[in-house]
Order: sequence, then C-alpha cells, then structure tokens
Amino acid sequence: MMFVPGNNPGMMADAHIYGPDSIMLDLEDSVTMTEKDTARLLVYNALKTIDYGDTEMVVRINPLNTPYGKKDIEAMVKAGVHVIRMPKTETAEEVVEVEREIEKVEKEIGCVGRTKIMAAIESALGVVNAYAIATASPRMMGIALGAEDYCANLKTQRTPGGDELRLARETIVVAARAAGIDALDTVYSNLNDMETFRQEVEFIHRLGFDGKSIINPRQIEIVNEVFAPSEKAIEKARTIIAAIKEAEKKGSGVIAVNGKMVDRPVVIRAQRVIELAKASGIIKEGEL
Amino acid sequence: MNTLKDRAADIKAAAQTLDKEVYNYAGKDKVTTPRREFQSRSPKLCSLEEAIRRSGLKDGMTISFHHHFRGGDKVVNMVVGKLAEMGYKDLQLAASSLSDVHAPLIEHIRNGVITGISTSGLRGELANEISRGLMEKPVVFRSHGGRGSAIASGDLHIDVAFLGASSSDPLGNACGYSRSENAKSICGSLGYALPDAQYADKVVILTDDLVPYPNVPNSISEDQVDFVVEVDSVGDSSKISSGAIRDSKNPRDILLAQLAAKVIINSGYFKDGFSIQTGTGGASLAAVKYIRNEMIERGIKASYALGGITAHMVKMHQEGLIDRLIDVQSFDKVAAESLKNDMTHKEVSACEYASADEPGSAVHYLDIVILSALEADVNFNVNVLVGSDGIIRGAIGGHPDTAADSALSIIVCPLLRGRIPCVVDEVTTLITPGSTVDVIVTEYGIAVNPRRPELADSLREAGLKVVDIRSLKEKAKSIIGEPDSLPFGDKTVGIVMNRDGSVQDVIKNIEA
Repeated sequence: MMFVPGNNPGMMADAHIYGPDSIMLDLEDSVTMTEKDTARLLVYNALKTIDYGDTEMVVRINPLNTPYGKKDIEAMVKAGVHVIRMPKTETAEEVVEVEREIEKVEKEIGCVGRTKIMAAIESALGVVNAYAIATASPRMMGIALGAEDYCANLKTQRTPGGDELRLARETIVVAARAAGIDALDTVYSNLNDMETFRQEVEFIHRLGFDGKSIINPRQIEIVNEVFAPSEKAIEKARTIIAAIKEAEKKGSGVIAVNGKMVDRPVVIRAQRVIELAKASGIIKEGEL
Repeated sequence: MNTLKDRAADIKAAAQTLDKEVYNYAGKDKVTTPRREFQSRSPKLCSLEEAIRRSGLKDGMTISFHHHFRGGDKVVNMVVGKLAEMGYKDLQLAASSLSDVHAPLIEHIRNGVITGISTSGLRGELANEISRGLMEKPVVFRSHGGRGSAIASGDLHIDVAFLGASSSDPLGNACGYSRSENAKSICGSLGYALPDAQYADKVVILTDDLVPYPNVPNSISEDQVDFVVEVDSVGDSSKISSGAIRDSKNPRDILLAQLAAKVIINSGYFKDGFSIQTGTGGASLAAVKYIRNEMIERGIKASYALGGITAHMVKMHQEGLIDRLIDVQSFDKVAAESLKNDMTHKEVSACEYASADEPGSAVHYLDIVILSALEADVNFNVNVLVGSDGIIRGAIGGHPDTAADSALSIIVCPLLRGRIPCVVDEVTTLITPGSTVDVIVTEYGIAVNPRRPELADSLREAGLKVVDIRSLKEKAKSIIGEPDSLPFGDKTVGIVMNRDGSVQDVIKNIEA
C-alpha cells in the first residue's frame, strides 16, 4: 500500500504506474489544516477522473471528531473509493460510527455495501482493542499498524530493530487472522537505507503480515521480492490447484496429490501462493 | 661520373623531368642547441593572438571547436572574445556542440563577429535567443556522425580549428588528459575534435598543461598541428558530467530504466558478446544497473560498450562484464581517467564512432542502444532538440546515428512530463526518423514499431505491457488534454541535416 499525499496532484496522477497493490491517498497527516478542503476536492477529482486500473484505491480520512471527517467520508464514498482508512482507531465504536456515515452516503447514491473499511491502530488502547476493532463491521477488510503515533503514545521511540513494535505487530497479525481480514505493517521512512528496509520487510513477512505500507515507489521492488513465493512453492501450488480442477471435473470432493489427500489449509495456502505470485508478476494473469 | 660535380648536369635533368628544384646546400646548417631548450622555442609555440594572425584567418572564414569539456568549456568564449577584440567579423562557428556556458556568443552575434553557427545542440540563453530569431542565417544542426562525415567530405570545411587539450607538448602532440604533475584539467576522449584536427586547414591547440616532448600516447599528433598556445585553463573538468547527464533517484526514471532493461533482456539480442550504448538521460543511465545484474546472473558478457562512456560502464568493464570500451566522449571524470590508464578503453573519432560513410564505424556493429527523447510521435519519429515550447533545448548527439545503425534502438521517454505530453501526433522537430526506431518505452506501456512484429511478440511473451503507440498518445491526451499549437513565426532559425548530408527538417522562430 503506497501512501500518496492528497495535496500533490503530480504524485496522485501517476502513482499507479509503479504497480503498487493499493494506493492510499492521504487527507490526514500529510495535509495541513489550511489545505484540508482543497485536498479533499483534489482527491475526489482524482478518483473520478484518473484511470487507476485495477489498483485498490484507499483514502485516509481525518478522524470523525475533527470538522473534516464526515465531509471526507461523504466526498470519498461519492467518488467511489474502494476503502476508507480510519486513522488512530482505538475502539470498535469508532468503526461503527464510520460505518454509519458511509452507509448514509451510500444510501443516498444507491450503492449500499460498496465501501470497505480499514483501520489504522496507532495507540496502546488500539492494540488492546485490536480484535474488537477488526470485527466491528462486516466492511472491515484490514487493520494496519501506525508506528509513529503508537511509539509516541507508548513513550518510546522507533529503533532499526523494532523491538518496541513487537507486541503491537504480533497482536495486529493475530487479531487480523482471527477476524479473517488483512494485516498491514507500518511505513519505513528512511529512503537512503534500503538494507534496513529489506530486513524489516523480511521480519514482518515472517510474522505473517499481508503487506507493508510504503512511502516511495522505490520501496515496491523490495516488498514484492520479499513477499514473492519461491519457485518451489509456486510449483507445488500449481500441482495442488491442478488437482483441485481435476477433482472438480470428476465431481469428487476429495483432493489428492501424489496419492496423498490434501487438507483444506493446504489448498488455501496454495491459492494464496498463486495470488502472491501473480501480484509479484512471477506468473501472469490467466496462466496456471 | 664519380663525383656530385660530375653528375650535376644529370641531377638538373632529373629535376626538370620531375618538375622540381635542384637541392641547395646553402642555409641548411644543423641546429645544435640542446633539445629541451630548442623545444621551448618551438616555432609552433605562440600567443593566441599570434596563432590567429599566423593562421591566415580572414573575415567570413570557418572556425571550429569541440565540446569535450561540456558545461566547463572555456575555449569557445576565450577564442571568440579574442577574435572580437582583434576586429574579426562574419565568422562561421562550427562547434561539435554548444551549451549554457556559451551565452557570451549572443553579444558576438549581435556585433556581427559570428554570423553563422553549425552545432549538434544548443542550450540555455543562447538557444533561447536563437529560437527567437537572433541570427539572420539559420543554425545548421548535425548529428555527431553527420558532422564527422560532413567534415571528411568537405561539406563542412574548417579553415582554423581551435582545439582545447589537457596536455600538449610544444610541437602539438595533444590529448584530453595529462600525465604530468601539473595537470590542470581532464576531459578524456577528444573524439569530436579528431576530424577537425585531421581536415582543418590550420589547427591551433590550446592547452593548460604544456609538457615536454614527446607527449605520448597522444590523441592529436603534431603533424596535424600548426600552433600551440599555452593558456591558464581550457576547461573546468568538474563540469563535464553536469548539464545533460543525471544519475537519477527519480522513481519514474527508475521505473523506465527497469522497463528498458526488461526489453533488452527479452529482445533476443541479449547474448554473450553483445554490444551496447546508452544515452545520457537519467533513465537510460539507470538501465545499465539492471542490465548488469542480469548479465551477472546469466553469465553474459558484452564485447564492447560504445559512446559517451560513463563511470557505470567503466565499472562493468573493470568487473570483466564488458570486454572493451569505445569512447568518443568521456561523460565523467571516472571515464576520462579510465581512458588515460586503460589500454582496452579505446578513443575513437566522430567518424570512427558514427559516420554513415565509414563502413567500419562502431555504430554499424552495435546491437543495442538506449536513448532518451523530448518527444516521440505515433510514427515513432523522435525529437531530442526542440522543446514542447518551441525553444531549442537539447542536442542531436549520436541519436539518429545509433538509432539507424544499431540492431535494436530503444527510446525511453516518459509519457508525461508534468503537464507536457511526450507522445504526440507529430514531433515538433524531426530528428530521428521513425523507420530507425524499434521500441518506445513509457511508464504507461511499451510501443513496438510495427516493422518489428517478432519483437513485439517476444516482449509480450515475457509479460511486458506492449501497447499500440496511438493508445499512448490517447492516454496522454485524456490526462492532459490537447495542447495549443505553438506560435511559430515565418523565419527559419535552424536547419536539421540528416546524417547522409540531406536536409531533413527546419526549425522556425518562436514568437511567444
């Protein structure tokens, strides 16, 4: 997920050419108080006019307890955004409140249920409530860690090793898995240190995160490399998917590979490997 | 008949048969001065003013310069300043290229000192003024190969060449670097100066490091040189890699570089022993990095890298990934140092580099070239000279030469530069004909010339997004809209020569 400031038309116009899985246009922290209105107008028009292809479009809104939050939701839902990202989420009630606002607008324009929600967890209270937040609405598609605010709240600071984030990260992954939604890790902002960035991506990949938030297209390549499945894994997944198709053709409920029965988790993992391989460009759409 | 005296009548008869004089012994005494002292009084060594006078330069004649010091060049301004001071008028300036630093020429043009220019490119204030109609006579633009051919064929006759060199001995053995401890400058290859040295009627070397004879190895040999002038500085070497050349961290350049590298890798030409040249744009320079990784991975080596040689190429050469470097112009100090120290880093003249008339020129044996562009059009024509505002802001360089003669020419060009569409219906000025362009790489997709369907197939097969060039133009239009047409006037300010010596396009003055 690539963060793009909502007040920079040049960046918004071509963010998708770098091939991120999703783009988050920001109305919150990267936009000053005096530019909130113009940024909202810009992002609205960007969503309406620019052909972002099949990139998932996310907008980070201002919190509902500011004068901007509701207006942000109204404009973005009307512009057809795929996902509303809530900043600094601490409780399930906040999610419900955002859902209510979304639904109000969706009803008005006749597209109820179209807009998904993702919540950024950026405080100790948010981490404690992670599962409740993740399950607060059927629209919830993911939760993400916002490390800067979280560290401030925790009265610590970020280190290259990320010890201070360990509990938050693990909690968020577990909560997301328990809720059946995605877990996204926080940004890494030192663009001159690609090696530490790579280590961090490898670490969060091992923890089980589904992806990483990024601030520059130059970070995409590393994320894709780390998250790309190995050739061996792809080969195995191909065999399993082929077996499923074979079983479907025969009308058989039992899937077997090399004479061994394949369990459901193995099937799910195989499907996920293929999805990742497609996302990383290792195999092409339609090729199996 | 045993003595000279006996044979005198026969000698006279033989001289008459050959239409020659009889040898006269008078005044042929040997010089016995110690040679170090004798050299310091070399008859070629003189002041700039004296060299100009003795060269026989007259009003209306053609003077020439090279641009190996790029943005750091000091020779053009110094010499033309002196010519103005000496009262010369109506001179024709034939430079291999001109850049921002040559803005003082504007005054000399206004005062009638310079009335004609031929060059590969123009930049900065000089380009701006010329685009607006400063000169009565249009500037003649040639590619580097085209200039070499024109000089060799006599199309471009040079009366006096003023060539800056980082070292020269008092007899004119000169090069673009110096091996002495007093070295003040370095520009590496003198490739674009070599046709001038060979074909000009008179050659003046200007050097900021006068070294003892013999200055070997040398690029320009004493037998081509008439005068040697010692000056404080011929150029600022720190500026040879400035201006046109950028090492990019721009994500768009990096994306384009990655795509260009993928095109090369999947083109069918990426085989052991291939040859390659890259242009100076940020993206084409960055592409080298990705090609390098793939070469290491697949165990592929290149036979030679050509052109403007950069530090990137030198590094790959030193790593053993590129066997030879062929250098018509050193694009940075690392390349210049390498040319000085490495026997397998070869200096070539503009003719050996890219002349269409020279069957042995290096471009004829070039597999792959990556080039940049200001604009490309739906017929694959490319413009690298005139900006989308109608103002001259670039240089032809070796663009059309390498595109025409390479097996695979790849143009890397962003679809959008801010609010400027770079794939258009028709380029503002035709520099490189579409028939010589094979692939155009943009951030929105890769267009393959319909002449190369097999190439399109293999790129598509490799998973690259191959699109119709017209769809790129439409895409640009849908984002930016249709730009207003440019307010060109009636005056022709530039003539673009094809490398074969024919006239290919003209540039009109811009009025806004």
